[in-house]
Amino acid sequence: MSDTSFTGRLRSFADSDLFYSFRRSKTTIIAAAALVLLFVTAVFAPQIAPHNPFDIAGLNLLDSELPPSWMEGGNPAYWLGTDTQARDVVSSIFYGLRISLFVGFASVLLAAVLGVFLGLVGGFVSGFVDAIIMRVADVLLSFPAILVALLINGVMRGILPANQHEGAAIVVLVLAIGLTNWVQYARTVRGSTLVERQREYVQAARTIGVGRLRIMLTHILPNVLGPVLVIATINLGMAVLTEATLSFLGVGMPPTQPSLGTLIRVGNEYLFSGIWWVVIFPSATLAVLVLAVNLIGDWLRDALNPKLR
Amino acid sequence: MNAAPARMKVVDDRPLLSVKGLKKHFAMSKPLLNRLIEGGETQTVKAVDGLDLEIPRGQTLSLVGESGCGKSTVARLIMGLSTPSAGSILFDGADISQAPAGQPAAVRRRMQMIFQDPYASLNPRWRVRDIIAEPLRTYGLCASREEERREVDRLLEFVGLNSRDGDKFPHEFSGGQRQRISIARAISTKPEFLVCDEPTSALDVSVQAQILNLMRDMQRELGLTYLFISHDLAVVNFMSDWIGVMYLGRLVEVSPAAQLFNSPQHPYTRLLLDTIPDLGMSKRDCVPASGEVPNPINPPSGCHFHPRCALANDRCRRETPNLRAHDNGVRVSCHAVEEGRGDLPAVASAGNDHAAQAVI
Amino acid sequence: MALLEVENLKVEFPTRKGVLTAVDNVSFSVEQGEILGVVGESGAGKSMTGAAVIGLLEPPGRIGGGQIRLDGKRIDNLSPDEMRKVRGRHIGAIFQDPLTSLNPLFTVGKQLIETIRTHLPMPAAEARKRAIEWLAEVGIPAPDRRIDQYPHQFSGGMRQRVVIALALCAEPRLIIADEPTTALDVSVQAQIIALLKRVCRERNAAAILVTHDMGVIAETADRVAVMYAGRLAEIGPVARVLQKPSHPYTAGLMGSIPRIGPRPDRLVQIEGSMPRLTDIPKGCAFNPRCPKAIAECHHLRPELRPVADGAAACLLYEGVTQ
Repeated sequence: MSDTSFTGRLRSFADSDLFYSFRRSKTTIIAAAALVLLFVTAVFAPQIAPHNPFDIAGLNLLDSELPPSWMEGGNPAYWLGTDTQARDVVSSIFYGLRISLFVGFASVLLAAVLGVFLGLVGGFVSGFVDAIIMRVADVLLSFPAILVALLINGVMRGILPANQHEGAAIVVLVLAIGLTNWVQYARTVRGSTLVERQREYVQAARTIGVGRLRIMLTHILPNVLGPVLVIATINLGMAVLTEATLSFLGVGMPPTQPSLGTLIRVGNEYLFSGIWWVVIFPSATLAVLVLAVNLIGDWLRDALNPKLR
Repeated sequence: MNAAPARMKVVDDRPLLSVKGLKKHFAMSKPLLNRLIEGGETQTVKAVDGLDLEIPRGQTLSLVGESGCGKSTVARLIMGLSTPSAGSILFDGADISQAPAGQPAAVRRRMQMIFQDPYASLNPRWRVRDIIAEPLRTYGLCASREEERREVDRLLEFVGLNSRDGDKFPHEFSGGQRQRISIARAISTKPEFLVCDEPTSALDVSVQAQILNLMRDMQRELGLTYLFISHDLAVVNFMSDWIGVMYLGRLVEVSPAAQLFNSPQHPYTRLLLDTIPDLGMSKRDCVPASGEVPNPINPPSGCHFHPRCALANDRCRRETPNLRAHDNGVRVSCHAVEEGRGDLPAVASAGNDHAAQAVI
Repeated sequence: MALLEVENLKVEFPTRKGVLTAVDNVSFSVEQGEILGVVGESGAGKSMTGAAVIGLLEPPGRIGGGQIRLDGKRIDNLSPDEMRKVRGRHIGAIFQDPLTSLNPLFTVGKQLIETIRTHLPMPAAEARKRAIEWLAEVGIPAPDRRIDQYPHQFSGGMRQRVVIALALCAEPRLIIADEPTTALDVSVQAQIIALLKRVCRERNAAAILVTHDMGVIAETADRVAVMYAGRLAEIGPVARVLQKPSHPYTAGLMGSIPRIGPRPDRLVQIEGSMPRLTDIPKGCAFNPRCPKAIAECHHLRPELRPVADGAAACLLYEGVTQ
């Protein structure tokens, strides 16, 4: 029943309620398939992209502003057409996806680690430390997330010398988004920690003489992580969108390293000159990515909620 | 049965656990920041309000009472899960009243606890083997993994489970089996003293019998001393040598078990005994005593029980009675018993108005 | 004719691992004015039986077979709307936690008056008078003042009294009480049991009292039905079943209850625990734990047969040769 080997675990997962509810939800299966596809594309972008849009030597300005291949004047070598600098749109999307997803994952990871840590400490230690953490969280929550991200972004750009802005853009974005989004994790984890630390298994560990740090990490932490997974999934969509918004506003990724948001911003300027394909396709990719992530997040929330089972 | 029960093998006649003047007052106040800004007074709940008791080695003392009487708080105080406001707790002569749970290790290793809810007392993410081994690891009692494995197997079999069960997770077991796992964990450090906080109240009767039998067997085989906490007098009768009856944070009567059932002294003890359903059905249609336990935030003056007591007079309303020793090891805290006016056969049927006071 | 007849009742739970049978082929009847205790350990199907009778099975649970007749008329196949009319008017319900039966947003008076007027057409003023009478009837002091209070202003015992008033105010002929005293302190339990019993007697209302507590049954019921793993093990007059049980399970159960009096060295114990619904043994469901089990018990399922002045489902009474 409790096989510890890998195949055993795989089998017990295939037998689990979670997998069962996954199999029964068509929407989730489609969303998961789309997400996997986008992932693979992002990870293997250098290998599978038909062109390297950042290799200036490979660009031929004669090929600029080509429409998608199925339209009149299209070139079969550029399936979704090219932009004003003759960069292949498909390849730009692949590389942009790579950056968008990286920023999304890294910032979610940062927010989750920070939030879980602060929530765990706040809930377990309580008193003064807890009060401080939660008041900071309240202040953060009282501003729109995008404003906070803009603020952090601006502060960091102010600190860094101008010539490093482009290189550090990705790090700045991850920090800005990550530091904005930890609140939700912290609140949830703090709430569950307050419940869990009153439970008898924690009391039992205390009577045995297990240290506080150990109780926090080995007993409470594994039992408060369930909701974190759900928040993280839903937050991934949020983070990708925030990154796109920041990039769209011009304070995110530079055009030399475009994310999906940057592509949309740059393309947007040409939308009314008739070159719609440079903005529509990156936008559609972004929409599919966020929708897929959110659908999976919704499903996960319902599947892990014992009340709805 | 003897009035003062004693087991044959008891050599050391000093009590293993001795509690004096134990108090726990909880402040019912607002969070720190709100208090700093808004001010405001603190209300206190006297969950345990001056408790004296001794448990002789190898015997069982039970605390009984209704919800809110403080019996579980006593268990937590003794185990160091919360710190007493006043009073001393001597375990084999060592004062542990201010020491946190698990410390000092040399003393705390000798006392363990069994909890009420077998569904909450085992970490759902841990394998049974790790749950039982946790005390062994914490106190470094096993030299090697191999030794630890053997010891866990032995413990599992001792409490009536299979050594193969060690690799399972708690959710694969029934309530009774989980309570056995909990017991195995508690006795893994070879303790001399077990605090059992309503260990069977979450279990079905047929399973309760198994667990109670196991606990009695363990006491005989391992020479354990128990502090047993329950609201069920019939269970307490089966388990105890001594019984302490609590009401709103105070002990109202402490007696040898047989003595308490044969001649209950305190009016509240009599009330409790009257509420035991009679499976022999000899006293059907008797009129039950009325009233409920008052709110502990604002308990009645003097003797807390006076609003529900048929024997209450002015003195009871004014003056708090103390535990006084009577014959046969009986200690009672009641003015009426002390003054010899405690002979009324039936227990109070004070009007329902008192029950109305129970909620503010 | 009996007031309530339950015949071969089956309650099922479809799960992805197959359909689980929580109540399996249970038959009993309740006479006018009689209190029937239904007793069993957790998972025995006793609450499910009660819920099926009042039509409050939690989905996906469903009645998978059998009939429930009130006054000879089937009520197991009524629409939810029709059932709602039967509930309250003809069958009253009392649950373990009084807070779930009371709406915290309304005064107890409003809830009582509404229930009375839904089922018994009368002017508001008269309904209010009747509500106050009911509060007095269930032992609530100063009812004319407390009628305008909210549930949270009552103590646990007082709340359960209000719930009893609420269940009885439309003067139903059958009450279903599911663990009505479990959430209460022992000294209050006795009061509530006595009240329930008195009110039923005075109104000539019948009751099904579902509980795990043999003590409550002993104090209250006229007859008792003992359930095990979704099946009826034994049914009969309470005094006889408790003192001279026919079924080995009842005997084991009675022996395992600690009692007041000289204390034994050990309690009688039934080994093992009740099977989960997913793996109920073949034959008699009790056979793995039964001290009297014979070879046939492992494959023959016993039927409920008349034994003494009641009935029991045990092969020992079916003349199976050993």
